[in-house]
Amino acid sequence: MAHNPPQDQGVTTETPFARALLIGLSLIFLLLVLVMPLLAVFTEALRKGFPAFLESLSDPETFSAIRLTLLVAGISVPLNLVFGVVAAWTIAKFEFKGKAVLSTLIDLPFSVSPVISGLVFVLLFGAQGLLGPWLQSNGIQIIFAVPGLVLATVFITFPFVARELIPLMQEQGNADEEAALSLGASGWQTFWHVTLPNIKWGLLYGVLLCNARAMGEFGAVSVVSGHIRGQTNTMPLQVEILYNEYNFVAAFAVATLLALLALVTLVLKALLEHHFSAELSASRRH
Amino acid sequence: MEVKVQNIRKEFGRFPALHDVSLDIRSGELIALLGPSGSGKTTLLRLIAGLETPTEGRIFFGETDASEKTVQERNIGFVFQHYALFRHMTVLDNIGFGLTVRPRATRPPKAEIRRRAKELLDLVQLTGMEGRYPTQLSGGQRQRVALARAMAVEPNVLLLDEPFGALDAQVRKDLRKWLREIHDRTGHTTVFVTHDQEEALELADRVVVMSQGKIEQVGTPDEVYDSPNSPFVFGFIGESNCLRVDVDGGEIRFQGKTLGMAAAEDKHGEALLYFRPQDIVLVEDDTPHFEGQIASTRRVAGTRHVEVALGSGAHVELEVTPEQAARLDPKKIGFRPTRWKLFPV
Repeated sequence: MAHNPPQDQGVTTETPFARALLIGLSLIFLLLVLVMPLLAVFTEALRKGFPAFLESLSDPETFSAIRLTLLVAGISVPLNLVFGVVAAWTIAKFEFKGKAVLSTLIDLPFSVSPVISGLVFVLLFGAQGLLGPWLQSNGIQIIFAVPGLVLATVFITFPFVARELIPLMQEQGNADEEAALSLGASGWQTFWHVTLPNIKWGLLYGVLLCNARAMGEFGAVSVVSGHIRGQTNTMPLQVEILYNEYNFVAAFAVATLLALLALVTLVLKALLEHHFSAELSASRRH
Repeated sequence: MEVKVQNIRKEFGRFPALHDVSLDIRSGELIALLGPSGSGKTTLLRLIAGLETPTEGRIFFGETDASEKTVQERNIGFVFQHYALFRHMTVLDNIGFGLTVRPRATRPPKAEIRRRAKELLDLVQLTGMEGRYPTQLSGGQRQRVALARAMAVEPNVLLLDEPFGALDAQVRKDLRKWLREIHDRTGHTTVFVTHDQEEALELADRVVVMSQGKIEQVGTPDEVYDSPNSPFVFGFIGESNCLRVDVDGGEIRFQGKTLGMAAAEDKHGEALLYFRPQDIVLVEDDTPHFEGQIASTRRVAGTRHVEVALGSGAHVELEVTPEQAARLDPKKIGFRPTRWKLFPV
């Protein structure tokens, strides 16, 4: 009996010392790379007081960057909501050839560097690009304009909704939809009354992450933006410009907005996970 | 409504699930599709529903050809194995769903839908549960809501996929009786799928025994139990013994010995003898019979099952009363089947 571990400890339980060490290490790490930078953002922004903070936010160029970010996210997120639901539906509920390929393609934006994603659009639609001359002769501007920003953002944020919904829909299977159809509901009624309510919290979760990324995206957007002040600068780009001009208060003031967005996203995400864990896909349950 | 299945073949990819299946379901009948998993019984049910399309063959509802109709147009009631209740709707909304989604022209007014849903809730003995959500119900209660929901659309035919499969033994038995009562009261033509022979025999007017994508036998519970028409049915329904015997000159012989059992005069050669453990008499005199040694006995409810070794590895199981069992000589037991059937090897 001497070899048995104490009764309150399973075989996977570490000694108190090991536990304290591991917990301590992770806390220190979090403090160093997450909490301190976040605090720094806020202290830097408020270094010259609250009025200066407000003033830098009401600068016309900054204001235009905020508006542009909202516009780009406002177009990209709904687009990806629709694309994401369609893609997830296709992959989760049908069997077809090339399903594995499609499933892999959805992940492409996650595996490609954002700068490359931006460059692809420049190569396609830029002045020297494949479709450039035709676009120019028809007076359509995509690169260095809002359409380019939206395209790059849609590309970058495409996987969020789809990736959240695919496992959820696969897990739920087809039985609910079959039941609705057998009761005489049309395809559309089935979608609205049965499928959508079943995935609503997962969908919201995906949209939340999609939105956070859409507003915060830097790399791809930077390539297609052209950095025209007051016209094609989004918030993350504006932060960079202000910083490079040694306008630290203004740079950090804009950064606080992005940080706040991150915090709000985090809180909503935690709330969703806490209240609706059963209705999010299995991979999200804690 | 009468349902006719004509020469249905169904393949999934290259895998054949049903070969040339034909079946006539009478109006108002309660019929069971019985078979082991992979026998194609659920596929047949889903084909009748219109949830799958046949590779070949036709399905008629009454006189109308339903083969080309969608699942919505067929107006069937389907109860899914795991109920598939809509989890975000109350019990009442679940039951009323089929009426709520009808096009405006044929949709009853809201109050009427509520009234009919409540009526059905009474029928399935869940009065007062209308405001609950599916997660707040027990398995048996969910099953009854699923049935009420399927009946709300006044279906041409009710189709149930393993209706009691996910329930524990006691609830199963109660619901079985209850389903029979509901059927007798409402008179819906009902088809249910089960792998449980006891359930099929107890509940159904007729049983369709299926195996490997084919119908083996269709008949009343008595017919399929008392006169199985294939070794598969004999083996699948109830318990049975199978022995390799020789048939010669109108007599059955086992290991060269006559048994006092007659066979058709014109058959010769090897055959398989099937009989049920309870269809035997114990023989103590010199008349021809099977003879063996008792290998083991076990108590099964009110009877005793005796395993008999007949030599050269052949074993049979016999059912005797406990009194008979007490008088048995373990070294030597003699018996003769009273009912049996021969099948070709």
